[in-house]
Amino acid sequence: MSTPRRAANPDATAPGLQLEGIAKILGGRTIVDHLDLAVDKGELVCLLGPSGCGKTTTLRMIGGFLQPDAGRLQIDGIDYTHAKPERRPTATVFQNYALWPHMTVSKNIAFGLAVRRMTKAQIKEKTDWALDLLGLQHHRDSMPARISGGEQQRVALARALVLEPEVLLMDEPLSNLDAQLRVQVRETIREIQQRLGITTVFVTHDQEEALSIADRVAVMSGGRIQQLAPPAELYRLPRTKFVAGFIGTMNVFESGPVAGSIPFTGGGSLPCASFSGRRGNSCWVRPEDIQLTDAGAPGTGRAVVLRVIPRGHYREVLLQSHGTALRAFSDDDPQPEQVVGVRATRALVYSDDLLVEDEESVVAEQESAGENSRSTASAGGSEKYRSA
Amino acid sequence: MTVAPSLSNGAVDAASISVAADRPELSFGKRGPSPAERARSVLLRLLGLTVSIVLVLFIVGPLVWLAIGAFAKTWNAPSLLPQAWTLSWWKIVFAQPELGHSFWLSLRFAVSATALATVICLPAAYAIGRRRFPGRRVVLIGLFATNAFPKMGLFTSIATLFYSLNLMGTGLGVVIIQLLGTIVTMVWLPAAAFASVSPSMLDAARDAGAGPVRTFARITLPQAIPGIAVALILAFLACFDEAQGTYLIGSPTYITMPTQMYTLVDNYPAPAAAVFAIVLTIPSILLLLLVRRHILGGHLAEGFQIK
Repeated sequence: MSTPRRAANPDATAPGLQLEGIAKILGGRTIVDHLDLAVDKGELVCLLGPSGCGKTTTLRMIGGFLQPDAGRLQIDGIDYTHAKPERRPTATVFQNYALWPHMTVSKNIAFGLAVRRMTKAQIKEKTDWALDLLGLQHHRDSMPARISGGEQQRVALARALVLEPEVLLMDEPLSNLDAQLRVQVRETIREIQQRLGITTVFVTHDQEEALSIADRVAVMSGGRIQQLAPPAELYRLPRTKFVAGFIGTMNVFESGPVAGSIPFTGGGSLPCASFSGRRGNSCWVRPEDIQLTDAGAPGTGRAVVLRVIPRGHYREVLLQSHGTALRAFSDDDPQPEQVVGVRATRALVYSDDLLVEDEESVVAEQESAGENSRSTASAGGSEKYRSA
Repeated sequence: MTVAPSLSNGAVDAASISVAADRPELSFGKRGPSPAERARSVLLRLLGLTVSIVLVLFIVGPLVWLAIGAFAKTWNAPSLLPQAWTLSWWKIVFAQPELGHSFWLSLRFAVSATALATVICLPAAYAIGRRRFPGRRVVLIGLFATNAFPKMGLFTSIATLFYSLNLMGTGLGVVIIQLLGTIVTMVWLPAAAFASVSPSMLDAARDAGAGPVRTFARITLPQAIPGIAVALILAFLACFDEAQGTYLIGSPTYITMPTQMYTLVDNYPAPAAAVFAIVLTIPSILLLLLVRRHILGGHLAEGFQIK
């Protein structure tokens, strides 16, 4: 920890951070369940999941604040599984910032340097570097309680970065900021993280935050990583139903593909151009993958527009087809009660919990689609609208 | 910590109330509130004023009476002010040969007892505030036991114990008896102060490379200081004013100011006791003035809050 960041690296090929079979049981409950995770050097990985999924517990074990009950933890190839927090090359940005209220901003930042017995000149130089990096020079002598939440957040980040950690840990660092500031600070964090090339683990329950900041996102549930993938892949090919339901919005149909379309439970079906796999027992379709056409166009089903919600550059359209509710994101502007044609361009097929993915995504045969949807056109079903 | 902020907040509240009460008057010219609104605001202000006056009378009244009484020669019941004034009571009190001696004695006992209480109680307070151990609640409640029984009964049984330990009439005995009275304050307030230091701040210190000892010295202790300071002041004042136990254990060898007052009340008319009471108040007032800027002013308490 007292050595410069990238000098004392015994194994250049080792991942920046590696967890192998890490487990934690608290109060008889398995919080983290034999979790494996490898974070490359300079990579930012988000741990994303609902509360209670074990993401913060995992982060606390990386920081050394909790001892894992099983497994191994390595940083740059060196084992730190049982090292105390003060002996680890990690630095944490806490959810509530945890700034020391009796010290000024610069004292907060300098604390860890003073602990390392640096000279006054060194401490000043590094503190100034951190203050400049986060634009905090004008607050160097302010008390933490006297500055805004966004500034407190930046002090917390400066305090962590000045330690030149091998791994930067961030525990929902943006959750206490208002929406606008959150986006702004998020950009700052990402920019600095990339500039310094610092290995980072970032915990959040906000999928938008995770998708926009991370190199890879680990979606967690029940103490396990459900899927670890770059944001685009995570969105396009969620491996499990949990991930599919957690990331973005979905239309869920509880049946597998039949002859190039997705049958509804109440009769009727949604024609679909391509499926992720051939066999399965449920189909999931993103709202932006549902296209609206003129009523009766070939290869479409019939649906009635219930509501149109303006979302800025697109519209969210709630529809009903044969008693089944649909949600589409569309550039068109249909009117409520208008009858339109619907078809899906792409559907994800799941068998039980897992994504079915054939070598090539299956392009549907078009012929049987049209007749299915035209047969039963009862638009006024009573089934409640359902979203994924 | 718990006492001081509430005092300072009280002052702030009073200020903001008066500001709020002024506001209707300011907007009066612009819009003109309805008569009912005006009547209600006037009524509210009158109510507030009455409550403040009653409070001030209740707190300051006896002190004013004491101050006037100390200069009264004759003061008969219905009259608000004494009929005749005199300084003779002050002469009598300051003519007491033991006054200076008993003052220093009081100070020495109070300082020793408070210092001893610090050494004994702060570690206990830390353990109770920051650690979970079996019997923690029992200890916490048990501390109240000394205050739950009538003091004199407790002191009498302690006296029996002290006789067998040869502590009767010794300075150590007096210090111990004064110490007993401070334990609840010196444990409960600092324990609350220690407990209120957020665990993530300690995690952050460990994260920055500080070991447990440095974390305590640089993070925990400084943040608990306001609470500890309030406890110290309360403990010191309690020791300084302690009369019953000191009298029972210490007399006739050790006569402190409060015990001397007992004699004075017995031997002289009320005004002399009034003078003595004022003299006895001086250390408290000095102490309060000394710490006012830091604690009652709320600078520490305020600076320590993070939203």
